[in-house]
Amino acid sequence: MNARTIRFHLNGEPVQVDVKPHESLVEVLTQHFNLKGARESCGQGLCGCCTVEVDSKVVSGCLQLATFVDNCQVRTVEGLGERNDLHPVQQAFIDAGAFQCGFCTPGFILMTVRLLEENPDPSDDEIRHYLSGNLCRCSAYPEIVDAVKLAALRLSGQTRPDPSRLELR
Amino acid sequence: MTDIASNGGNIGRPVNRLESRDKVTGRAEYVHHLQLPRMLHGKILRSNRPHARIVRVDTSTAAALDGVYRVVTIEDIRTVIPHPYYGPAFHDQPILADGKVRFSGEPVAVVLAADKHVAEQALNLINVEYEDIPAVFDEVEAMTSPVLVHDELKPAATFADLKHLKGCRDTNIALDYHLRRGDVESGFRASSRVFEHEFRVQTVMHATMEPMVSVADVVDGRVTLHTASQGPSFVRIEIARLLGWPENRVRVKVPYVGGGFGGKLYIKLEALVTALSLLVERPVKVSLTMEEQFFAITRHACTMRIKSGISEDGRILARHCEVIWNGGAYADIGPRVTQKAGFTAAGAYDIDNVAIESYAVYTNKPPAGALRGFGAPQTAWAYERHTDMIADELGMDKLEFRRKNLLSRERPQASGTLMRDAAVAEALDAVADQLNWSSPFDKGSGTIRRGRGIAVGLKGITSPTTSVAIVNLSADGSCFLSVGTVDMGQGSDTVMAQIAAEVLGLKAEDIRVIHSDTDVTPYDMGTLGSRSTFHMGTAVRLAAEDARRKIDALRVELGLDTHAGSTVPELLRTKYGMQAGNIIGTGSFIPDYRKPDSETGQSDKATPFWGVGATGAEVEIDTETGWVTVTKVVNVIDAGTALNPKLVKQQISGSAIMQLGFTLTENMVFQDGQLTNGSLADYKIPNILDMPRDWICEWVDAKQADGPFGAKGAGEFSSIALSPAIGNAVADALGIRVVDLPITPESIYVALQGMPVSSNGGQKS
Repeated sequence: MNARTIRFHLNGEPVQVDVKPHESLVEVLTQHFNLKGARESCGQGLCGCCTVEVDSKVVSGCLQLATFVDNCQVRTVEGLGERNDLHPVQQAFIDAGAFQCGFCTPGFILMTVRLLEENPDPSDDEIRHYLSGNLCRCSAYPEIVDAVKLAALRLSGQTRPDPSRLELR
Repeated sequence: MTDIASNGGNIGRPVNRLESRDKVTGRAEYVHHLQLPRMLHGKILRSNRPHARIVRVDTSTAAALDGVYRVVTIEDIRTVIPHPYYGPAFHDQPILADGKVRFSGEPVAVVLAADKHVAEQALNLINVEYEDIPAVFDEVEAMTSPVLVHDELKPAATFADLKHLKGCRDTNIALDYHLRRGDVESGFRASSRVFEHEFRVQTVMHATMEPMVSVADVVDGRVTLHTASQGPSFVRIEIARLLGWPENRVRVKVPYVGGGFGGKLYIKLEALVTALSLLVERPVKVSLTMEEQFFAITRHACTMRIKSGISEDGRILARHCEVIWNGGAYADIGPRVTQKAGFTAAGAYDIDNVAIESYAVYTNKPPAGALRGFGAPQTAWAYERHTDMIADELGMDKLEFRRKNLLSRERPQASGTLMRDAAVAEALDAVADQLNWSSPFDKGSGTIRRGRGIAVGLKGITSPTTSVAIVNLSADGSCFLSVGTVDMGQGSDTVMAQIAAEVLGLKAEDIRVIHSDTDVTPYDMGTLGSRSTFHMGTAVRLAAEDARRKIDALRVELGLDTHAGSTVPELLRTKYGMQAGNIIGTGSFIPDYRKPDSETGQSDKATPFWGVGATGAEVEIDTETGWVTVTKVVNVIDAGTALNPKLVKQQISGSAIMQLGFTLTENMVFQDGQLTNGSLADYKIPNILDMPRDWICEWVDAKQADGPFGAKGAGEFSSIALSPAIGNAVADALGIRVVDLPITPESIYVALQGMPVSSNGGQKS
């Protein structure tokens, strides 16, 4: 199988990589860029553990063939915040206790960031429907709803958004 | 050592998980991501027959595929492990199918390749010729079936109480457990009414988001296993046994685990990857897909018959329980489930005459093992539905009937063990309060009907089990804590750090918890059965107290004992003349236990503590579709002292939501032994939309006298009573017979067809 060179922006940085036609985006992120936040679980696009943002749309990284992100803007959980400089959504997930084993957490966080970018003040119903494609077997769902609301509240209080976090918008 | 008062600010504090930042940034370490140099991936060919002799396995075409390193069958495995059978209770499971397959989905061969896609592709090129033999799937049928899943029982030597089963032939019953208290027959004769019901619980599974994964790396006569395991100590012991090696040549390392729930206990993929790495002398990784997890381990389906004799004034005088557990093709830990759930199968009631029979039964289905409750949720489904069905017949209030019969303090449970530090009545009362039980309830009309239900249950804890901990203070006074407890999401790292910090006068957040690495961390029986806070927590407390004693002794040795304020850094600097040395405290804990009498199951110390859970539920049902909306759930447990309220609440909530799936949607459906819905597309686990609107999680104000700072455990107790609370609510709403799980719209609709049109009108049927 012939590899093909693709170029894209990964968390704001221009990158290039040779990918085989069958390689999924999550495989390429893990194997070529050592990014482990998006991870394959169900392998069928049903659980959201592999959530990645491509051109401001969230996709299942296990179903998205890497070759199709050529020339795209790709954002992963690693692009949101650092250990000592967390994104407000990441901080809200900690404060609300919105995860246990942590395996599904990056997917929920990316979805929440996307939700709040689209809808800064979502209702409970809107939160639930937006996140219904992500599964958490530890079932931290009540705490996740709390975390989204907490993050929304904190983000709405920000007078000047940090421009580095809005590069893809 | 005198008891250390909890005034250090660590106990009862909602400390965030120590690894929080790693988890929200996607950087937490899981075996899922592990890559080693020269590593090969193993992909498993699984049987598509439920019971068949293997006539021939032709691997030649697969082996010839470009990129395939090797194809492995049991014959190859035998060259490195001559007796390739493993298991925690029985040595009954072959590393790969050996001459026959016992369930559809059983591993038959493995393809090894550097590229896992190549390995997967090669699976299609292996030809297996089978000769079908009759199979048995139903647990009740398997009790007497001429179809035998195994020729002979092979109990493991490690479980002394199973020794008598060695060599038993011509049976599918792997283990029979019995309990006798009083005289159940005379109890029935003295009763004014006797009720008998049969209940069934379906097969469900763990569906951990990090699918099972293990890596083995054999180098120079030592094997290192990196594995998503809840029981690294057991893995080491079992791998050492299989290889005939001393334990110090087997190293088992576990980083964070992406969910366990009992599915990653004992030994799963570890024997296979070890054998593969031995064969090819390279690191080998086997990662299951989500679909494959359905064939790895499940929760027991069961059939439970329960018969109760009731006196004129509503007291339960006698109860007979018969529980038949569908263990699938291999025993795994099923025999322990059979015993542990067996001994509480009569429920949280004070009954003078009890007889319990509990059977672990082999069938041609995927193996069943531990899943959040060790069988307690299955038996509670039966005894708490039974309780409501009796109260209905007696015309008694369901809360009142329970209160009248509930086990109170210092009364003997059916095993003879006294109820101590078990807030059964308090938990039930708290649920009743939150449901406003004494107030009128709107039961709806027309096509929307409402109902409510309560339930309460008990769980005994696996015993006797050991935990060992090491506290290591560095020369600067900073603290390492080595524990074999695996943090799979429950927050054990954090809670253990809180306990150590409290004793040592430190802050939990400043303690470094060293993850399971059996070369470094001491023995722990396993992260299971809500045992860690109590057992490992006590070992950690003892280790920290030991470190304090050593600090005190060092003060005396250095003549600084009048100078009580001298710190660890000062003491070590004085002793060694520079920043050097360590203070190491160790602690080990095994609770008091008395083996139950083999005939009667009686023991005054059958469990180190009691797990208690009570649940209340309100449901709304659309009678035209059978759709159930759970509108309110109240979960109340006894966790003893909640060392970390934030984590305790998460455990109550998470465990209950998982159980909600087992109650309403999850069901492994088999047709002729073939699983028909082995995917998250067709096997529906709860998502965020399934969360009831009104969701209350609480724990009662209680204390476990001998637990660390008054704590016990919290991981499973809200799973116990949830299913029957919902079943009771559904029955309350519709007046239908609800005896089987799951409760689906279809089952409700079918039941409603047999229901007469109700007198208040509007009921369609």
